[in-house]
Amino acid sequence: MSHQSKRLEEEARGGARGRARSGSPRTGDRLGRRPSSKRPPPGRRGSPPGQQERARGSPRPGSPRRKQTERRSRRGELRGQEPRATERTYEGKQKRDGRASLREQRAPPKKEKEVLKKEEPWTRPKKPRSSSLASSISGKESLSEEELARILEQVEEKKKLIATMRSKPWPMAKKLAELKWVKFKRDFDNFKTQCIPWEMKIKGIESHFGSSVASYFIFLRWMYGVNLVLFCLIFGLVIIPEVLMGMPYGSIPRKTVPRAEQEKAMDFSVLWDFEGYVKYSALFYGYYNNQRTIGWLRYRLPMAYFMVGVSVFGYSLVIVIRSMANNTQGSTSDGESDNFTFSFKMFTSWDYLIGNSETADSKYAAITTSFKESIVDEQESNKEENVHLTRFLRVLANFLIICCLCGSGYLIYFVVKRSQEFSKKQNVSWYERNEVEIVMSLLGMFCPPLFETIAALENYHPRIGLKWQLGRIFALFLGNLYTFLLALMDDVHLKLSKEEKIKNITHWTLLNYYNSSGWNESVPRPPLHPADVPRGSCWETAVGIEFMRLTVSDMLVTYITILLGDFLRACFVRFMNYCWCWDLEAGFPSYAEFDISGNVLGLIFNQGMIWMGSFYAPGLVGINVLRLLTSMYFQCWAVMSSNVPHERVFKASRSNSFYMGLLLLVLFLSLLPVAYTIMTLPPSFDCGPFSGKYRMYDVLQETIENDFPTFLGKIFAFLANPGLIIPAILLMFLAIYYLNSVSKSLSRANAQLKKKIQALREVEKSHKSVKGRATASDSGDTPKSSSKNATKEDTTPHSASQSQIPDEKARGSGTVPPASRHLPISQPPGVRPGSGHPRSQTRACRSASGRKAQRPPC
Amino acid sequence: MGNKQTVFTHEQLEAYQDNPFRQRIAQVFSEDGDGHMTLNNFLDMFSVMSEMAPRDLKAYYAFKIYDFNNDDYICTWDLEQTVTKLTRGELSAEEVALVCEKVLDEADGDHDGRLSLEDFQNMILRAPDFLSTFHIRI
Repeated sequence: MSHQSKRLEEEARGGARGRARSGSPRTGDRLGRRPSSKRPPPGRRGSPPGQQERARGSPRPGSPRRKQTERRSRRGELRGQEPRATERTYEGKQKRDGRASLREQRAPPKKEKEVLKKEEPWTRPKKPRSSSLASSISGKESLSEEELARILEQVEEKKKLIATMRSKPWPMAKKLAELKWVKFKRDFDNFKTQCIPWEMKIKGIESHFGSSVASYFIFLRWMYGVNLVLFCLIFGLVIIPEVLMGMPYGSIPRKTVPRAEQEKAMDFSVLWDFEGYVKYSALFYGYYNNQRTIGWLRYRLPMAYFMVGVSVFGYSLVIVIRSMANNTQGSTSDGESDNFTFSFKMFTSWDYLIGNSETADSKYAAITTSFKESIVDEQESNKEENVHLTRFLRVLANFLIICCLCGSGYLIYFVVKRSQEFSKKQNVSWYERNEVEIVMSLLGMFCPPLFETIAALENYHPRIGLKWQLGRIFALFLGNLYTFLLALMDDVHLKLSKEEKIKNITHWTLLNYYNSSGWNESVPRPPLHPADVPRGSCWETAVGIEFMRLTVSDMLVTYITILLGDFLRACFVRFMNYCWCWDLEAGFPSYAEFDISGNVLGLIFNQGMIWMGSFYAPGLVGINVLRLLTSMYFQCWAVMSSNVPHERVFKASRSNSFYMGLLLLVLFLSLLPVAYTIMTLPPSFDCGPFSGKYRMYDVLQETIENDFPTFLGKIFAFLANPGLIIPAILLMFLAIYYLNSVSKSLSRANAQLKKKIQALREVEKSHKSVKGRATASDSGDTPKSSSKNATKEDTTPHSASQSQIPDEKARGSGTVPPASRHLPISQPPGVRPGSGHPRSQTRACRSASGRKAQRPPC
Repeated sequence: MGNKQTVFTHEQLEAYQDNPFRQRIAQVFSEDGDGHMTLNNFLDMFSVMSEMAPRDLKAYYAFKIYDFNNDDYICTWDLEQTVTKLTRGELSAEEVALVCEKVLDEADGDHDGRLSLEDFQNMILRAPDFLSTFHIRI
């Protein structure tokens, strides 16, 4: 047998024809006829040997092309006759069925069966030998399905390409050029994908920690992109023109370090606090001159400054909303997940991306936990107990947390007030100078765990508990931020109130200088050295400096927390574990988990501060870009070296829109203070691009009056009329209301349609199952069933297969249909297809009945 | 891989040793249904499991993977196998039975006590993270 199979194999591979075989002369004949069998017209299907050879030729792995041509030639004619389909693929069903039908036809002649049996060893050496055909059918079907699908896809692609080529009356050279262009585009797309920064790093993190941790890094990368664009905007349109075309350092008072500060201006500690030379540089608002146009380009710097400030917010808004819209479009819009909890847990919980045994272990544990949770939920939903106690506990927990929030708000206010007093006295220590930032960072570090502990009282479902936790941390950060801002505003008002006084002082100093005696009046007096001119306290620069300091200290605190909290902890656990009483790795403190929500919220709030501060400190966005860059590398390293995967790996899919929503909220909240200061506060009299104006937005008015044609000025004046703006706002409200109601009605209609589809499907199914049960082996119903099947999605090949059954039966191809009659309709569920026999019987039964629902239970 | 093999056994596909369905994947995508894959089968597997594969294709192959006894239905036994593999035997027998019962409750549209391909597709195409979890990146 093996000898023969080897021979067969050789023949198959080498394609040697007509080799005489000792064992079975018939085989030799058939093989001898092989060359002719490929070419015969479709009508020769009736000759079993030829078909057998053709069929034998098909499952060979090394000859896809022959298979292809064979299948193609048979596609048309064999559709008419088909046994059943056990497995469905995309488009290859007919071909498989064609070959299967051949096998069915070959069934009666026994010798051919034998040859088939002998064939099996080399096609599927390990498959259990069975005398039935169905198993071999199944084997060959699974064998060719994937190939079929693949080949078909390729064929379709090529066909499309060739079709488009053919349809155009171009010369050959042009067509070749077009194909080359397509190839070039594809290569370029591949190259572009390779250019995405940090892709390999993020993939590595994804495989170790799952998709949720990787989503934080993807968010970080996206933020980096946004900040880079903002930086280019600000740098290119504001900083570079001022540096290149504006007055240089030291020429006018606002650009010079005052005499009193000059000796210390280069000290590192002063520079670190953003005083000294850094304060009087293009990084801050105060450096910019209020000249209307600068340089030979007549670049309108104040106007540019204002417009860039507005467009920073505009661009951020557009990009955040676009990202949110993309997220919502990506996910399917039905909230039916509640209906399928267990099914989704079972079939979609395993993350196939995991390639690390540690992650896999925690994923198994997470899945087990989530199943247990759902089971407990299910059991709990049936019972209800002690609603009052839980309600009381929840109210108590919320009360405690509100107390904490108020306490932290007051603490920040107190500390900021104190820092104002400190700034008045001399010799402030380092701690007193940085108290505000330290307190805010400490609160951000200790309050969230405190909230978590208190939240244990509430006994919520973990997902709901997480949302409450995020909301509370958000409130904490918001409260802190706004208290900080209020204190800052106090400071600003204080500075503004002093401005009058300083204006007078400056005026008198200049007057005295120019009118003092002891100078030769014939020579014009040199102007007072800029360093000596008394300077007003520039509140905008002061605000910018505060934001810079906050950003830098926040960054430092984050890095130090990571180093101490994660890295040192990991080192300690790893190295001290040998000489410690209890198991450090399993118990306290163990390795740190990556805190996704904390990090994401931190990122969002930092971005909020950048948005707030960028109007007053154009250099802030550049500092942020550097910070995000270093953060990316540092956190990637920290995660891989000292963190362990979560115990409870939460899914990244739905949280993304939540974070985008938070980002949008923070964007609006950070727009408010800037808008308020632009609209209501007068700019400093001696620093910045708007100095000397009544309000900052006056620059717009001036530009319209002086630089635009007069009719445009009239149009703008008309548009700015409140009588026009208020109706416009009302109109927008109406539009929002209308669109909202339209979307509600559409979603209602959507839900109704879904219900209808569901009901229709169930009706169909019940119909089919009723019919199936009523007529077990009656083939007369096949037309009805095939028509019913035709209404379903992927049943076109199936219906073709169904309709072939009566033909096959009519031909009376022996053993298969009668076997189905003897098969009991219901088998005990415990029957497992350990051997090929019951499986083949079920398959045959299915083929005989010709109905999908008509299958004996497994 | 050094030696000019054209058939890889499922033991050699080490990268996915942690996957609870590794044997099923190998069986489904192999030529002989026994876990021996040729290069073409290998490519097929990656093509189906890649990000670009359409949902329906993935759903179809997912169904085949979860159908342990290859009878074109996911019956209770298949579900029990799936749960046991996913939790590595940590759940008790009643819990496993409860889970399987709930799944059949939720997803069985024609109420025949097992999931057909349509039921499965119906359910899986509504899953928000099916695409993100059922893929292998190279």
